Amino acid sequence: MNEDIILELVNVNKMFDDSDSYAVENINLKVKKGEFVTLLGPSGCGKTTTLRMIGGFEIPTSGKILLNGKDISDLPPNKRPLNTVFQRYALFHHLDVYDNIAFGLRVKRIPYQIKDKKGNLVTKYRKYTKDEIDNKVMHALKMVDLEEFEGRSVNKLSGGQQQRVAIARAIVNEPEILLLDEPLGALDLKMRKEMQLELKEMHKKLGITFIYVTHDQEEALTMSDSIVVMNDGCIQQIGSPTDIYNEPKNAFVADFIGESNIYVGTMVNKKKVKFLGAIWDCVDDFDINEKVDIVVRPEDIVIDPKAKGEVKGILTNKIFKGIHYQYTCMIGKNEVTIQSTIDYEINKMVSISIEPDLIQIMEREYNSNTYQDGYIDRDNNVVFANACFECDITQLLKGSFINEDGYLVSKENKIYDLNDADVIVDVDFNDIEISDNLEDAIITGNIIQIIWKGDHYQVIVRTEDEEDFIVNSEYTWNENDIVSVNIKKENIKLKLKGDISKYEI
Amino acid sequence: MKFKRKFLAIPYVIFLVGFVIIPVLFIFYYAFTNKAGQFSFENVEKFFSDETNINVLLISLVYAIFNTLICLLLGYPIAYILANKKYNRSPILYMLFIMPTWINFVIRTSATRDLLNWIGISTGSMSSITTMIGLVYNYLPFVILPLYTTMLKIDTYQLEASYDLGANKSTTLFKVLIPMTLPGIISAATMVFMPTLSSYVISDILSEFNVVLFGSYIDLYFNQANWNFGSFMAFIMLCLILVSVLISRKSEKGNEGGSVL
Repeated sequence: MNEDIILELVNVNKMFDDSDSYAVENINLKVKKGEFVTLLGPSGCGKTTTLRMIGGFEIPTSGKILLNGKDISDLPPNKRPLNTVFQRYALFHHLDVYDNIAFGLRVKRIPYQIKDKKGNLVTKYRKYTKDEIDNKVMHALKMVDLEEFEGRSVNKLSGGQQQRVAIARAIVNEPEILLLDEPLGALDLKMRKEMQLELKEMHKKLGITFIYVTHDQEEALTMSDSIVVMNDGCIQQIGSPTDIYNEPKNAFVADFIGESNIYVGTMVNKKKVKFLGAIWDCVDDFDINEKVDIVVRPEDIVIDPKAKGEVKGILTNKIFKGIHYQYTCMIGKNEVTIQSTIDYEINKMVSISIEPDLIQIMEREYNSNTYQDGYIDRDNNVVFANACFECDITQLLKGSFINEDGYLVSKENKIYDLNDADVIVDVDFNDIEISDNLEDAIITGNIIQIIWKGDHYQVIVRTEDEEDFIVNSEYTWNENDIVSVNIKKENIKLKLKGDISKYEI
Repeated sequence: MKFKRKFLAIPYVIFLVGFVIIPVLFIFYYAFTNKAGQFSFENVEKFFSDETNINVLLISLVYAIFNTLICLLLGYPIAYILANKKYNRSPILYMLFIMPTWINFVIRTSATRDLLNWIGISTGSMSSITTMIGLVYNYLPFVILPLYTTMLKIDTYQLEASYDLGANKSTTLFKVLIPMTLPGIISAATMVFMPTLSSYVISDILSEFNVVLFGSYIDLYFNQANWNFGSFMAFIMLCLILVSVLISRKSEKGNEGGSVL
């Protein structure tokens, strides 16, 4: 089993010199020999950095990269038996097609052994001969369908042709692993689809391992044997395209791969879950009363125009998409996206049904915002996430009040000085307000993720200090919007670390 | 009369005719006439019959070639470091290398002389060395400037691609970086080579007139009011410059951009 693993990443972290957060965090990944693996994620998720570490262009801050069991973490790129197809091709413009492809062969030294006079085996190195280079280059050109292009200048080739030269230049060296960094990103849609199939074909013919980076989920589903979904420097899920599509591990994966309806639900009984105002049979088992995230794919929802089912709603919108219609169905406040090949009338009451095994239930990643490192300051405000919020510290002790000196006084007239007391801060998603009015904001941040949850958006706001606020919002925001975060005094829940008696004075 | 866009060229055309074309014609006229104003090859004969003249020309060429090479060898790595964000994050360092050109040329050269004498490199006894130092010091910014602009535009992925394909650092330097920056190297070389041929202030000041470059030789004859012979030498220099321009044009073919000239 272990012999099949060609590449292994063990606890790999990367932090860039000019930043104080991890670009890639604790990556563990095993790649089997001959596999087509895709690193998939939105821009800035660390997928390219991961690929560059495998290629040797970045050195991991910590962790190991093992190739065939040997640690190659510190080897420079020219000592690794891997080749890369770069995003913008990176062809040598001063060389023609032939010389570009022959570049790697010309610098290569092949070891061979001969017996010296004493009969000992000595390893010597030789260059490839002209004929050998010629054969290999021609073979590579044939592989990428560019026969008779060898004499052309690379500047006069189209984008697709340059792409092929870049692939030929890499595969001619017979690497153990071919790394591809969004190689099709600069091509137009039709060309891209063609190249996807060709690359897959090439992977089969060559039999070498491909590691492919893309942000295009469709591309990943089309080509890969195995997909690694990444977000925020971390691996979210590893699995085959079908696994990832049918059984996403969390809301992010579900949202990123394909279209999906994501809701918040509650387990009400064994294999019974409540969402969209109804109780559904399901196949996953969670603790009763646990809050869960639910994903239903639009094509898995069945519409009954006679509205005989229990879950009723109104079709409000219909879009013709070629192979199917896309409907929006309002069930209470919740929006449900449905895909169906049947043409229904809109603005009519219908009922919907979903097979139990098509309801994907996921553990909720977050239930509330918790900050472990808060503390109370001199003015009885609470400081967390590097910002100072007004709060009500009397909640720490029942029946207490604050005297004129700013100390907390208990029912028994004991006085506590809570300056610098460490607290755990808890704020519900619903209790945070975000707004685009940045003046007199306590703290501002970037919106890094938005997921539609049926009747509201779950928005993650990240501050400059890498603190996250998870907010439920009814309004539409855009990723990368800068917003201010406000929390009402009464909504900040505090829990003292340790016992209050140690603050008594 | 309607204003046309080409009228904007008039001031420059006047300048070009008055200060470039007519003076060049004057050089031609003086070079091939004698003092009496008659057409003759007297100057050609005089120039090639005296060994001193040829020697001065050869020495000037040697100084110009060495100056170009030394400036390129020093300036290339400096420009690479300046243009690389990894090593140089502020434009101040770049300014420091360009700043000498802001100081008056004659003052700067005199100061160089005093400085060299003070540290023990005598302008009298080691005049060829001091001249070389002065030339390199003076022309280095003109090498860094075009190389820096070329290097700013380098596609670093091409360097990475070279490492990726198995090339080590020196192979990458000679097979990728230098070919990529060739246009910058050529314009840097032309910016040093041609002016060195005709420079004379530096050699005069820094060698106490021990090193006579072609420029000072021409100056000598002009000062003696021998316009004809001086002009003929200026004509030779014009030919040399023409040749070097043609060479650089040829090697620049196929490479786009990067040139300052």
